Amino acid sequence: MQDTGIGARVRRKEDQRFLLGKGRYTDDINVAGQTWACFVRSPHAHAVIEGIDTAAAAAAPGVVAVFPGDDLAADGIGPLICGVTGPSDHGEPHRAPAHPALAQGKVNYVGDHVAVVIAETLAQARDAAELVEVDYRPLAAVTSTAAAASEGQPQIHDVAPGNVCFNWPFGDKAAVDEAFAGAHKVSSIELTNNRMVTNPMEPRAALGEYNAGTEEITLHMTTQNPHVHRLVLAAFNQLAPEHKLRVVGPDVGGGFGAKIFVYAEELVVGWACRKVNRPVKWTADRTEAFLADAHGRDHVTKAEMALDEHGKFLALRVHTTANLGAYLSTFATMVPSYLYAFLLAGQYSTPLIHSEVKAVFTNTAPVDASRGAGRPEATYLLERLVDICAADMGLDPTEIRRRNFIPQDAFPYQTPVVQCYDSGDYETALDQAIELADYPGFASRAAAAKERGKLRGIGFSSYVEACGIAPSAAVGQLGGGVGLWESAQVRFNPTGNVQVFTGTHSHGQGHETTFAQLVCDQLGVPFENIEVIHGDTAKTQFGMGTYGSRSLAVGGVAIAKACDKLIAKGKKIAAHAMEAAEGDIEFADGNYTVAGTDKAMSIAEVAFNAYVPHNYPEGVEPGFDENAFFDPMNFSFPAGTHVCEVEVDPDTGEVEIVAYTAVDDFGKLVNPMIVEGQVHGGIVHGIGQALLEGCQYGEDGQLLTASFMDYAMPRADNAPDFKIGYAPTDPPDNPLGVKGCGEAGAIGAPPAVINAIANAIGVRHLEMPATPETVWRACQAAR
Amino acid sequence: MLTINLAVNGQPVSGEVEARTLLVDFLREQLRLTGTHVGCDTSQCGACVVMIDGKSVKACTMLAAMADGAEVTTIEGLANGAELHPMQQAFMDHHGLQCGFCTPGMVMSGLDMVNRHGNDLDDATVRRELNGNICRCTGYQNIVKAIRTGAKAMEE
Repeated sequence: MQDTGIGARVRRKEDQRFLLGKGRYTDDINVAGQTWACFVRSPHAHAVIEGIDTAAAAAAPGVVAVFPGDDLAADGIGPLICGVTGPSDHGEPHRAPAHPALAQGKVNYVGDHVAVVIAETLAQARDAAELVEVDYRPLAAVTSTAAAASEGQPQIHDVAPGNVCFNWPFGDKAAVDEAFAGAHKVSSIELTNNRMVTNPMEPRAALGEYNAGTEEITLHMTTQNPHVHRLVLAAFNQLAPEHKLRVVGPDVGGGFGAKIFVYAEELVVGWACRKVNRPVKWTADRTEAFLADAHGRDHVTKAEMALDEHGKFLALRVHTTANLGAYLSTFATMVPSYLYAFLLAGQYSTPLIHSEVKAVFTNTAPVDASRGAGRPEATYLLERLVDICAADMGLDPTEIRRRNFIPQDAFPYQTPVVQCYDSGDYETALDQAIELADYPGFASRAAAAKERGKLRGIGFSSYVEACGIAPSAAVGQLGGGVGLWESAQVRFNPTGNVQVFTGTHSHGQGHETTFAQLVCDQLGVPFENIEVIHGDTAKTQFGMGTYGSRSLAVGGVAIAKACDKLIAKGKKIAAHAMEAAEGDIEFADGNYTVAGTDKAMSIAEVAFNAYVPHNYPEGVEPGFDENAFFDPMNFSFPAGTHVCEVEVDPDTGEVEIVAYTAVDDFGKLVNPMIVEGQVHGGIVHGIGQALLEGCQYGEDGQLLTASFMDYAMPRADNAPDFKIGYAPTDPPDNPLGVKGCGEAGAIGAPPAVINAIANAIGVRHLEMPATPETVWRACQAAR
Repeated sequence: MLTINLAVNGQPVSGEVEARTLLVDFLREQLRLTGTHVGCDTSQCGACVVMIDGKSVKACTMLAAMADGAEVTTIEGLANGAELHPMQQAFMDHHGLQCGFCTPGMVMSGLDMVNRHGNDLDDATVRRELNGNICRCTGYQNIVKAIRTGAKAMEE
């Protein structure tokens, strides 16, 4: 069983259908009688709607219906909600403006939803959408993160004076101030964390079907969390009672956070299919994805570190302004607060930390979680600042990190910012990274590059991240409206094959393979006899879905617990069948044996007995099917050191990443092939942020980067092959000994890349994305 | 409406299309060959790459009417039943796909590289040639490996 169990590089079960073109994504599904939806979106960043005339659109060929916001409101649908009570603003609650799914009298960003047209074909819906006449009275707009809360800026929401959502101080300010007053040296940095558009390759889509006979709505949609979508749509948006709403996330083409949230379009499609009593389908084009998917990042920060004469960090002070966009998206308030400030210790034993986060509204698309969510922002800030500290102290960047690492024998380690890290060995990861990246040989490589007219630089980034958010009680204390446990059901069929139902959702992560390996290992059932089922509220038990690198660390444990229950029940059945005491039954490699005898029975035979209980123990229920829920004790804390080596052409500002090394601690690896894939993808996501991706709004609020022509996604020639290593520790708070791995690359990479470029050019800082223009200017300034 | 006649995956096909109908929409909506995907509106992402008369084409850059008389191969036309084409097999063997959405276009672009550059592809060539295909999941390294291996395997 070893070749398909835990630790094996098993090829993925899901690949065959994808490679044959037999994947089934939402837009691939057509149903009889289907109509198409097209949304009328605001062309203005900020405007009052004086009137909407739908007559011409309604009379256009093929149009079934045209609905402005009033129709939605009249049916009591919406508004959209933020599911996290934000951090308090000096004791006051955060400001939460109303967020109608279709605008009510005012629009607040370009792409804001004004009306929906339903027609027989997509082309007809699009043509008719052009005919909806909206009388806008444009208002002045504000898009700048830094300026949003300044005097004299346009006011977006009445409930949020000065465009401030919250202003959240956190930590012991007096103690931090005192540490700064007595510091040997203070290093500081001001930086921007550039706004990203998440851009999974499959655009969002939804297909709503209403059955008037059962009064049930079925919504196929691009979701990372079908049950969460169903819950919010039912409980808060009044789409339908939960038991009359089925949400299906079939094959989903990437998420990275963008498909967690409850957006206007999916809600409107669900409502409209009942309204017109016809199936309604909507698929975003890429420009709609740029306009109306939740964006990520977008911080402006000033930070200072107080150091002693040995380069030890005494205290950290952080002032951040975070752009939340025009409205609060589903988890928006959590991202720049708890997912950010709680990570500011990083890998270091900094004893005192104070942060102040001001979250502001602007006339831009809502901002929410995107691969890493808060943790890339914290890590970028910290790892850039640590390099500045090293320069100010005259220390090697690896040396200052080493001097400040939380020592390996200090775990579990309580940071001053809430988190208690359960395991880590940061120095071992750094040592391995130094060796794998051949840091000692860097000087000669740099000298050789100089001969060729290139500036070669090396950058380190030692990150820690907190994923698999838990336990539920802590989530509740932080204002989260949900619990963050996970569920599983493991069902033997009478013929001995196994169906695993998980509450997580796979959209590229390979759960169908990884989870089957877990079950194969634990139950000893052949890998090919195990099928993992997810993504349909009518098939699986309630689950919380996939985001925040939680699926294995939380969902995997739920599966293991369900397997434990099966094994335990099977002991009773096997004992009866083999006429032995239950205490004498042992289970290993898929077989129940009677200790000290050659009597044996496979788990498949036990399952058969459970379904055909002719010779069966008294008091034991028939059937071989168990479910389990797992609420973890703690977050999961992956960590590692990434090393980036670049060559900069000072004449053109072009940056080539010539080498990249990642040494990570993900605990135990279930499928190293899949983990490597996650790491590769995360690193390139981070390289994208560092070198290429920058979402830009004009001062008038127009989105200047609304297609792949204008927004530079990383391509195959933007990165080299990666050197990957592991420095695992055993996390005591996780029963499987696993950690999350999906976001680590996107967290570790940006500072590694920018540290390398700054090192190459010899400047303290340059902003992301480090485009040739930015780098060329930095080179000129450094001369 | 225009009538078009073409061969898709070796089968003769005819259809009625509007002048504005894109080839990718004809394949997906009329022939229901949904393996060819649409990931953008500007011919950047490459999720819709198909083979037309032996050359790779982004099916979103071409009107269905322009494919009249052409031989079109989509991702559905590569395998022999469940037996994968060597290029498809290489993607599976080297974990060259995650969410699967860009994958059909990646496989088609790989085949086009073999047509134009032969079976012995180096990393730099593959990375350069993939400029018209975007993947958000894999970080490309395993796609490059898969295409190089698949190209080699096609020689055998």
